[in-house]
Amino acid sequence: MDVFSDSANIDTYVTGFLWILKLTAAGAVGALVLGVLLAGMRVSPVPVLRGVGTAWVNIFRNTPLTLIVFFCYFGLYSALGFELSDDIDTNNYWLGVVGLSVYTAAFVCEAIRSGINTVPVGQAEAARAIGMSFLQTLRIIILPQAGRAVVAPLGSIFIALAKNATIVGTIGLMESSSAMKELINANGDAVIPIFLVFAGTFAVVLIPTGYLFGWLANRLAVKR
Amino acid sequence: MTTSEPLIVLEGVNKYFGPLHVLQDVSLSVDRGEVVVVIGPSGSGKSTLCRAINRLEPINSGTITFDGRPLPAEGKALAQLRSEVGMVFQSFNLFAHKTILQNVMLGPVKVRGEKAAAVRDRAMSLLERVGIASQAEKYPAQLSGGQQQRVAIARALAMQPKALLFDEPTSALDPEMVGEVLDVMTSLAREGMTMVVVTHEMGFARHAANRVVFMADGQLVEQAEPEEFFASPKSERARDFLSKILTH
Repeated sequence: MDVFSDSANIDTYVTGFLWILKLTAAGAVGALVLGVLLAGMRVSPVPVLRGVGTAWVNIFRNTPLTLIVFFCYFGLYSALGFELSDDIDTNNYWLGVVGLSVYTAAFVCEAIRSGINTVPVGQAEAARAIGMSFLQTLRIIILPQAGRAVVAPLGSIFIALAKNATIVGTIGLMESSSAMKELINANGDAVIPIFLVFAGTFAVVLIPTGYLFGWLANRLAVKR
Repeated sequence: MTTSEPLIVLEGVNKYFGPLHVLQDVSLSVDRGEVVVVIGPSGSGKSTLCRAINRLEPINSGTITFDGRPLPAEGKALAQLRSEVGMVFQSFNLFAHKTILQNVMLGPVKVRGEKAAAVRDRAMSLLERVGIASQAEKYPAQLSGGQQQRVAIARALAMQPKALLFDEPTSALDPEMVGEVLDVMTSLAREGMTMVVVTHEMGFARHAANRVVFMADGQLVEQAEPEEFFASPKSERARDFLSKILTH
């Protein structure tokens, strides 16, 4: 394991995973906000909103993430001049966050929507019967119960998001998979150890994350 | 407007579920302070009638007037109307993720924008009244069906409604819990609350109703005071129905 006794290599490794962490955190926030909005649109009584929500899900769920991230870079940034920062790394980072968010939001939306379907229709009727508006019913009664019903699937989506974040490496961010490629290129004799360390890091962080979400799902479940 | 004007008026109401004509030209008026019990066989449209009054079921034709105003179709005006008409469901429908106290407070605080502190006192005294005050911090799933239904009544009362609609409030209850819910409903009736009650509880209809309305096959077949209705039903359909439920 000579590779990882070199402090410059350690730095590459740490920096790579820090980018993954930041991409996952910002992507998760973006995807959650967007996904909840989209789910609200898809169950709303307004046909236009329903249409937009459905179109979003169908477009982004069925487009490869690599293409979406490429589009964020070559389309939004290069062609359309959509610049999010003067710093090239920061710019690539935020372009990556946009790509990950719009993509993951489609999955979050569908998870929340299936959660909405687990809430008995009587809950919404009771809310309407005391005079709540559609938005109040959704926000105060339906979404909190729907969200608690889909903690486990949301966990899976966020775990996938953490791994998908490596795709942002394709637009030049030195996240973990790019870092791994760089270390392998420079240390051809240690391909297997390098690979195992990078893959192992994902596993060591994500396996407990999965259990955490499982535990949360049980804890937050609405008793009926 | 005068107080002698009926609170709820349905005129020529028709409602279809696909090809099924569930409400056929139904007309009914309910006076202020009156307790109207709607009975009839399953599928006769009585629940639909009850739900149409606060527009949980939209109707296809006819008019429904509440407190002198026609029922608004949607939006703020409809929400406003619903906040004035309490509804108690067969399956309780307490908000499962809120405590008992929160269930009762939610309407006044979120819909009316009342101050939480004042609502809290009112909610507690309503829970006291229905005998659940000691369970205020529990969640609905921790209560028995009878207790949940009494909370549901308190939740409806917290909005200080002009009328209460009951859609088979005791049908989902274990037999030994029916009494505690009917007791609360009877005391409300005595105090002059305007009530429309869809039920199979003939005892309640006999002693608490001002008027019994008999429905069958989507039609309002007969209406009369309870003693008169149970002693000498006029229609063949009602006689048949009563003979089936009262012989056991």
